[in-house]
Amino acid sequence: MRQTDRHYKFDWLTIILFFILVMFGWVNIISASHSGETLNFTDFSHYYSKQLVFIGLSIILIILVLSIESKFYERFSSVIYLVALLSLAGLFVFGKNINGATSWYPIGSFTFQPGEFAKVATALAVAKYVSDLNTDIRKFSDQLKTFAIIVVPALLVLLQPDAGSAIVYGAFFFVLYREGLPHIYLIVGVLLILLSVFALKFGVISTLLITAIVVLTYYFTRKKRPSIVQPITVIILCTSLAFSVRFFYENILPAHQKDRITVWLSLEKDPEKLERMKKTVAYNLNESEKAISSGGFKGKGFLEGTRTTGNFVPEQHTDYIFSTVGEEWGFVGSFLTVLVFLLLIIRILILAERQKNQFSRMYGYAVGSILFLHFLINIGMVMGLIPTIGIPLPFFSYGGSGLWGFTILVFIFIKLDSNRINQW
Amino acid sequence: MRKLLLLLSVIIVGIVFTGRLFYLQVYKATSTDLYADNAIRKVFDYPKRGFVYDRNGKLLVSNQPSYDVMVIPREVKPLDTLEFCSLLKITKQTFKDKYEKAYRYSPRLPYVFVSHLSKEDYAVLQEKMRKYEGFYIQKRSLRKYETTIGANVLGDIGEVNNRNIQNDSYYQSGDLIGKQGVEASYEKTLRGQKGIKFIQKDRFNRNLGPYQNGINDTLPEAGKDIKITIDATLQGYGELLMTNKRGGIIAIDPKTGEILALVSAPSYDPNILVGRDRSKNFTKLYNDSIANPTFDRSLQAQYPPGSPFKVLNALIGLQEGVVNTTEQFTCRLGYYYNGRKLHGCHSHRSPVNMNLGIYESCNAYFVNVYRRILEKYPTSAEGMDNWSKHVKSFGLGDYLGYDLVVGRKGRIPDSKFYDKWYGKNRWSSTFMTSNAIGQGEVETTPIQLANMVAAIANRGYFITPHIIKEIEGEAIDEKYTTPRYTTIDRQHFEPIVEGMFDVYEKGTAKNLQVKGIEICGKTGTAENFAKIDGVKTQLTDHSIFVAFAPKDNPKIAIAVFVENGYWGSRFAGRIASLMIEKYLKGTISRTDLENWILTHSLENEYAKPHSGEPFKINRETQLQVVPKPNYEAN
Repeated sequence: MRQTDRHYKFDWLTIILFFILVMFGWVNIISASHSGETLNFTDFSHYYSKQLVFIGLSIILIILVLSIESKFYERFSSVIYLVALLSLAGLFVFGKNINGATSWYPIGSFTFQPGEFAKVATALAVAKYVSDLNTDIRKFSDQLKTFAIIVVPALLVLLQPDAGSAIVYGAFFFVLYREGLPHIYLIVGVLLILLSVFALKFGVISTLLITAIVVLTYYFTRKKRPSIVQPITVIILCTSLAFSVRFFYENILPAHQKDRITVWLSLEKDPEKLERMKKTVAYNLNESEKAISSGGFKGKGFLEGTRTTGNFVPEQHTDYIFSTVGEEWGFVGSFLTVLVFLLLIIRILILAERQKNQFSRMYGYAVGSILFLHFLINIGMVMGLIPTIGIPLPFFSYGGSGLWGFTILVFIFIKLDSNRINQW
Repeated sequence: MRKLLLLLSVIIVGIVFTGRLFYLQVYKATSTDLYADNAIRKVFDYPKRGFVYDRNGKLLVSNQPSYDVMVIPREVKPLDTLEFCSLLKITKQTFKDKYEKAYRYSPRLPYVFVSHLSKEDYAVLQEKMRKYEGFYIQKRSLRKYETTIGANVLGDIGEVNNRNIQNDSYYQSGDLIGKQGVEASYEKTLRGQKGIKFIQKDRFNRNLGPYQNGINDTLPEAGKDIKITIDATLQGYGELLMTNKRGGIIAIDPKTGEILALVSAPSYDPNILVGRDRSKNFTKLYNDSIANPTFDRSLQAQYPPGSPFKVLNALIGLQEGVVNTTEQFTCRLGYYYNGRKLHGCHSHRSPVNMNLGIYESCNAYFVNVYRRILEKYPTSAEGMDNWSKHVKSFGLGDYLGYDLVVGRKGRIPDSKFYDKWYGKNRWSSTFMTSNAIGQGEVETTPIQLANMVAAIANRGYFITPHIIKEIEGEAIDEKYTTPRYTTIDRQHFEPIVEGMFDVYEKGTAKNLQVKGIEICGKTGTAENFAKIDGVKTQLTDHSIFVAFAPKDNPKIAIAVFVENGYWGSRFAGRIASLMIEKYLKGTISRTDLENWILTHSLENEYAKPHSGEPFKINRETQLQVVPKPNYEAN
């Protein structure tokens, strides 16, 4: 490889989609943090002024990320990963507790959240390890090692405690599956989720009955039947799983998380308690749905959202930012936002597929998966489709660490992609 | 296949999200109505309520400021409670209770701590208010009555109830609305239109500032002043005369239908229904089921009219041509049918013609006329309906259509009524001869009687009685200027007017003449029954009197009704004469009548049925003499 042959071609479509989201996100942060006063972008007590600074700094980051030799990311992935783990572990000593989670380092008047960067590091490390010639993801021992790379940072995040961010590490499943992880993981995974939800919603007895019917029907319609012990074992396994899920839900799950699931699956039937829940645990969700709904088809217009201006939705500039989009920009704006997210993710996936080396492809896949999971969980939560899990909406939610984390995540891939011609 | 899993998931999630957005924002979209948006506070700006003047321009009702002490519990700093309580004239316990209540209502929102401070208390408190953080004084507007009379006419205002709010979206909880009298019937005119300010609030209910810089806000529109037809002097005099009595006086200007006085006794000072003690006083008035001061006897009391009703039968007889003015009937101390005495009569000359029949109030004469009216037609039903039609044309038997909110229909029977009682065609004129003399099934309210007299005074028409004289810059309803004609031709009225004139000249009211005024009148006495412990018991008769004056070109028509007053000229007649003189001359020459009325009370008569002891009525009772009340010209 000769220096003079170096030929970069950045994927401008991705970059444009990225900036559309960042700028529209900022517009909504203005609405969400503004409460009737005149806008003043030089007053840094306002979130929107600070976010503007973060956006400016992220452009410097982009230039930095793009100007580093692309091989650097592959070669130093282990070092980056270790630094990330250390910074996560260091939180237990030097971290600052905000809203019950010790996820931040205080730096002067600012705070820094290493968790947002650990995702990048883990993506690099997983890509590096699996793309190594000696690693075969179809081998169980290599699977275990790969899982360890993912689980260690996830556990550290979970212990902060920040369950929402830990769930995001589930995104690596898509990457590994793409690279050859056996089907059984997908099947068992999907079954586990279905079974858990079913057990919570309809109880252990119904789960037992349904699994028995399904498994036995399958067993008796087969021509060559193995021993009866097999289906019985499956049924017992399913039932005990259902039982454990219920037990976990009833006795171990912290109250606030239990309530979120109760609200999501409408498990509370007492209308009086339900009404009370709407004012307490489901307050955010209820207000955010109302705000989105009040936007109607066309929306109320920039800064005209009465529920947004009145701060009816708590945390609206961070996790609940999408409710601002819903109220002020209506169905049209919300749909376009969803569409741009989809285009960005799909574009990244297409780019990933055209990578010539496995490391770049896996990293690109990881970027798409992480963005997708954030998108799915955040907007799904704000619209009441999935239980409340507090994670930010990429590029939209207020916060420097988050914005920078996603910027680095995306632009490392853009850099890798731009270099693919030089790789073979 | 492996490549597609994530791609497909992304696309499916995109579709699901779009569907959910569509459901939330298009299918289930909530209203964008500003009034329904609970993120917007609606602050109302209440205009000045219109004043009420009497017909001569005397101010009757105006407004006064009232001061409420408000509290925002979160902002309260430790204070000298003892001094504060003594300033507010409350006990320390009340202070504690109220504070707790306010806190429970909301720590952040203002709450009425003490309402309706007097001006004096306010003056003292105002200087020290700055010492008490979290407390402030809020000014409100209350009604001020510039007089002590006319509570039933002027009415009062109070907070809206749930029904008001449901029926009219204008009202919000806590708004004031006219409850009785002209305050109720001219509510929309007097109240004006409140202005509204839309204010953006946050989830703690704190104000953030005007919504969209106030482009949706509206300014209040002041209420209009009204002038009512009441003559305050006459009204006040009427109320004075009715002291220690129960009943009603209605005076109408027959030319215009304007109500000059509308007295209901017992009454109360309208000022007691203003301010701090309003609810306490109202409950007291409302619960007084014996004297019943909130019951407007001039509009709501429904009784058999007694003898004044006789003149109607004379008019109908003339109109139907079944009798003329000279025809005579014998009266042998009553009316006999098949050898049985149906109605008694007092002793007077016999035989009786129309003029004598009216001024001596002969029962036999009118039963004869009445039977002829009914028997003119082949069936009693037709005769009855024809009679009923004539009577109703005088505004009896149905709501008159005046502009006050309470009233009763009265009752004028027709053939259907008796068909129900006796069965179809199973009755004849002799069954209901009591109607001839204003007893039996006929019932009227005092205002209907006054209106009937006005129609006679006008010789054949009346204008719907009303209380409104002028609305600032607005014409009054056309129905209060349009004459309503009776079914009796004009020429038939003269003999009746002559008869009523002779009531004063030589008949039942000859002791009540007023020098220089030609008064036409008619006495009435109505039997009075009440249920006492479930037993129908007769009480002393009601005293009734109707009159108009002067005979030619009448200026006042009046009906007076005094409960348990016995015969017509005894109480009601005296009061009617005094009222007429007061209105036409402005001074009283018959001070003997005035003295008698002011020194005689019926209170012991009213106490009888509630005493639980046996009692005597009518002739065998003795009148209670009381000292003259303090009379100050109103």
